[in-house]
Amino acid sequence: MRKITYAQATLEALQEEFRRDKRVIHMSNDIPPELREEFGEERVRLTPIAESAFVGAATGAAGSGFISVVDLRMATFGFVAMDQMVNQLAKITYMFGGQARFPVLLRMSIGAGIHMAAQHSISPYAMYMNVPGLKIITPATPYDIKGLLKTAVRDPNPVICFEHSLLAPLEGEVPDGEYTLPLGEADVKRKGSDVTIVAISKMLHDALAVAGEMEKRGVSVEVIDPRSLVPLDINTIKKSVAKTGRFVVVDEACRTCGAAAEILARVTEDEDIFRKLKSTPRRVCGLDVPIPYSPPMEDYVIPDRAKIRAAVEKVVGSQA
Amino acid sequence: MAIDNAELIRMYRTMLTIRRFEERASKEFRGGSVPGLVHSYIGQEAIAVGVCFNLRKDDRMVSNHRGHGHLISKGADIRRMMAEIYGKRTGYCKGKGGSMHIADFSIGILGANGIVAAGLPIATGAALAAHLEGGDRIAAVFFGDGACQEGEFQESLNLASIWKLPIIFVCENNQYGVNTHYQYAIAGGSIPRRARAYNLPVRTVDGNDVVAVYEAAREVVARTRTHVGPYFLEFKTYRWYPHFESDAIPDLRPREEIAAWKKKDPIKRLAKRLLKEGVATARELEAINEEVLGRIDEAVKYAVESPLPRPEDALEDVYSTQGIS
Ligand SMILES: Cc1ncc(C[n+]2csc(CCOP(=O)(O)OP(=O)(O)O)c2C)c(N)n1
Ligand SMILES: [Mg+2]
Repeated sequence: MRKITYAQATLEALQEEFRRDKRVIHMSNDIPPELREEFGEERVRLTPIAESAFVGAATGAAGSGFISVVDLRMATFGFVAMDQMVNQLAKITYMFGGQARFPVLLRMSIGAGIHMAAQHSISPYAMYMNVPGLKIITPATPYDIKGLLKTAVRDPNPVICFEHSLLAPLEGEVPDGEYTLPLGEADVKRKGSDVTIVAISKMLHDALAVAGEMEKRGVSVEVIDPRSLVPLDINTIKKSVAKTGRFVVVDEACRTCGAAAEILARVTEDEDIFRKLKSTPRRVCGLDVPIPYSPPMEDYVIPDRAKIRAAVEKVVGSQA
Repeated sequence: MAIDNAELIRMYRTMLTIRRFEERASKEFRGGSVPGLVHSYIGQEAIAVGVCFNLRKDDRMVSNHRGHGHLISKGADIRRMMAEIYGKRTGYCKGKGGSMHIADFSIGILGANGIVAAGLPIATGAALAAHLEGGDRIAAVFFGDGACQEGEFQESLNLASIWKLPIIFVCENNQYGVNTHYQYAIAGGSIPRRARAYNLPVRTVDGNDVVAVYEAAREVVARTRTHVGPYFLEFKTYRWYPHFESDAIPDLRPREEIAAWKKKDPIKRLAKRLLKEGVATARELEAINEEVLGRIDEAVKYAVESPLPRPEDALEDVYSTQGIS
């Protein structure tokens, strides 16, 4: 199969959806040249630096028959449009009794490890998970982002796609033809029998690397990427934990009220699963501090392979 | 009132300090010794210097993402700035902030900022404090043409205006926000008109002429000290280099336009004037350059030799431990 980058897969998804449906429009404050060239300035619009206005406009256009795609660039800029996202877009279908649908895809980049300090390194998906009405995806491979973005464009609801900054150059296999992936379907990225790791976004790749190392030490690790946090495919995760009895969740974002906490709670509050646990489940998360600029501090506050390995060793206990 | 010669020389030295600092920071970034990002201020030096030379140490100033020039002009220590950019423990923010987030509260620098237009409300609050304190302190905020399209810009101008706050809004109109021209982004194409809509007095000045900037700022600062209300200054200028020092975003501005603006170098312009008016000789100006380069080298040496933060230092400063006294 051909290999393309995460960024390329993203672009292909949008190009295909723009070709498929003339109602799809794009707004961002720096225009993707390939989209502009093929689809013109009416559909691919250059915005001033005015996030609340263009996110709100995306909502208004979507409720008036169009399909809006907004690239906010970094998640930190999204906070400027918080009213439009949280008070408006997330609730508008519900408050108006389902009269209209609001197909809006918001894309934002996330993640530390780029030495850009607290504002530009945040991974705030949990804040949005706390707002009913928004769907949230965190694809980690070129294949996943292409299929999920295409589905997101076709979804009649607001979807936020969080894309880790460090994933853009990542290469992966992507088939030539058309395909989509459903929202709310986790993917077992590696089969294993001793421990289940659920890893979000870029952490997937670190978890897979640790799984490879552990294999050599005789520990079989199953790695699952939820891919979509809302809706969350908890059943795939539960099935895995029921099988392994050991559970680690890895998330780069802050620990408090994070996606990892939610996943852990949903799994362990299931009595059948709870009884099958062979050890105490663990979270590997970012520390509860803003992301610092200087690399030694930045590395310290975000999860890495060593921290994931340590957590796996803990849940495996004497077996490892 | 003419500007005295010593002040002109000081302005020249500071503009050159900014230029050499930015050249060096960019070089070190591209060479890999500096992490993060550097937004170069080169080309716009006259604005920071002309404005900040009229501010007192106790006036409060808020900067933006392109902040190095504002900080140096307000009196920040270039060694601690460089150390911050290098991510060192001796940096202004102990390595927590980096290039985009340098502050020195002891001399009224309330910080650079990575969020476009976010400095305007903060500076408005600093002006509110000055108003509540009485006295004649003021606040100033630097921002670009791109920031004028944010809601925070509109809301701050309006708030400062209805409360008659002692603040100077300093718009550095370098004509682009990344690659977007202000004539596209601004309805009607005029920033001053927008400020006037909020009832602010406005002046537009050539931002590449430090003497013009200084003289305008002197008058406006004097007026603002009487706490009669806010003022809006628009400076026309141009940034010489791409949006930031990295090739991640291509520079799509016309080559000829960039070249034409480089001919309007604010530093050369002041040098010419100093020579013509006999304020300094070519040799004296060269000596200033040597001295500045020496100080930049020293700042880099300080940064390089300073220790990195300990990893656990990341846990400090999330909450303040200073009491309210
Ligand atoms: C709210 C927000 N949106 C987008 C960005 C990304 N961004 C950083 S600087 C910039 C352009 C700012 O242009 P301008 O205000 O004219 O300042 P200049 O860079 O020209 O000095 C943009 C879009 C940001 N930092 N904050
Ligand atoms: Mg600008």
